[in-house]
Amino acid sequence: MTTATVSPELLLTTNQMASFAARGFLRFDSLVPDDLNRRVMDTFDAGPVARPAAGLPLSEVYAPGSPLDDLMHLPEIQGIVQSLVGPDPLFDHHAVHIRQPNEGRAQGLHGDAIIDTRMHFDIQLMYFPHDTPLEMGGTLLLPGSQFRRINESDIARYQNFVGQIPMVCEAGTVLALHHGIWHCGRRNQTDRVRYMFKIRLNPKVRQHRLWNTGDLDDQMQADPVTNLEARNRTEENIYSILSRPEPWYEFPVGRLEIVNRVKFWRFLTGSNTFDLSYWLTRLENEPENLAPAA
Amino acid sequence: MSAQRQIIMILYLSNSALDSDVRGWTIYDGTGQTYPTTGDSDTPPYPTGLAAMQDGWRVIQMPQLIPPDKDLEYTTSFFKFEYVFEKIVEVEA
Repeated sequence: MTTATVSPELLLTTNQMASFAARGFLRFDSLVPDDLNRRVMDTFDAGPVARPAAGLPLSEVYAPGSPLDDLMHLPEIQGIVQSLVGPDPLFDHHAVHIRQPNEGRAQGLHGDAIIDTRMHFDIQLMYFPHDTPLEMGGTLLLPGSQFRRINESDIARYQNFVGQIPMVCEAGTVLALHHGIWHCGRRNQTDRVRYMFKIRLNPKVRQHRLWNTGDLDDQMQADPVTNLEARNRTEENIYSILSRPEPWYEFPVGRLEIVNRVKFWRFLTGSNTFDLSYWLTRLENEPENLAPAA
Repeated sequence: MSAQRQIIMILYLSNSALDSDVRGWTIYDGTGQTYPTTGDSDTPPYPTGLAAMQDGWRVIQMPQLIPPDKDLEYTTSFFKFEYVFEKIVEVEA
């Protein structure tokens, strides 16, 4: 993978970035061309894929011209990666996840690695090289779970939530996930093996306005306190996207999830006044000046 | 000859009220007749915890209401409103 920066039209848009901040993932259907999907499948069918050392620059991980190198060289993939973790991030690890035919059980719900309290974030790309119908499982995602602090399979007894997303997709689909997203492999009830390739990447630069921010300042001009007009517009915008709760949120905790999004958006944009619905602005009002004497 | 087995159902509710909406659910079937697992259903088994009681499920655990620890007031983590139900069923031993 080269280290050159990609052109702005390949970077994520501000609305896509807001969706990532709110839901913790972005989905790109049929992004990878069929011929590359087949070459990757041939690689997986041939046997275990070597596991390079963690901490290498991504540009040094895959042999030039290999299927996985070509995958990471796709301009659209480079645009996604650069928008989220910057140019030529560090390789953390990769894995070919295999779900065997006719499994009785799904994997338990979990977050990867260990409990992670950073505002800085890693991403995980999940690539589905063949069609994945519902009966084949697909990875299960809980959208909007990325800020919940848990440690790996602490949450394995949670089986189902309203609004969970089973990845049903066509070959070549790619997910870009915040590292904190709760997920698991659903059971495969077909007679075919299911593959999913995952790669985790760490940023080398501060994750500040890395996407195509051409419209960001205009979007941030809405009423910083209530944003009611912006949230009610027909067309999607950062306020409507960031304010939309997930259907599984408990009512009181869901308000804290909106606050988590506000803090994350402030981190991404450098704004220290951005707010939704007055949640943080109210708490930050701690006047110290004395009232004039009567 | 028959024997008794336990089925456990855990409902994650929208707030601490037992009649609030179900947001998540888990079932463990001690009879061995079914094997519920992660991501196997998109529809809650009941709309509320109270609806489960009205269908014969017994509440065996209610979540305590515990104030947040200092400096963790805004931290989100596990589901707070976790209610555990049971049903005892007869099986052929």
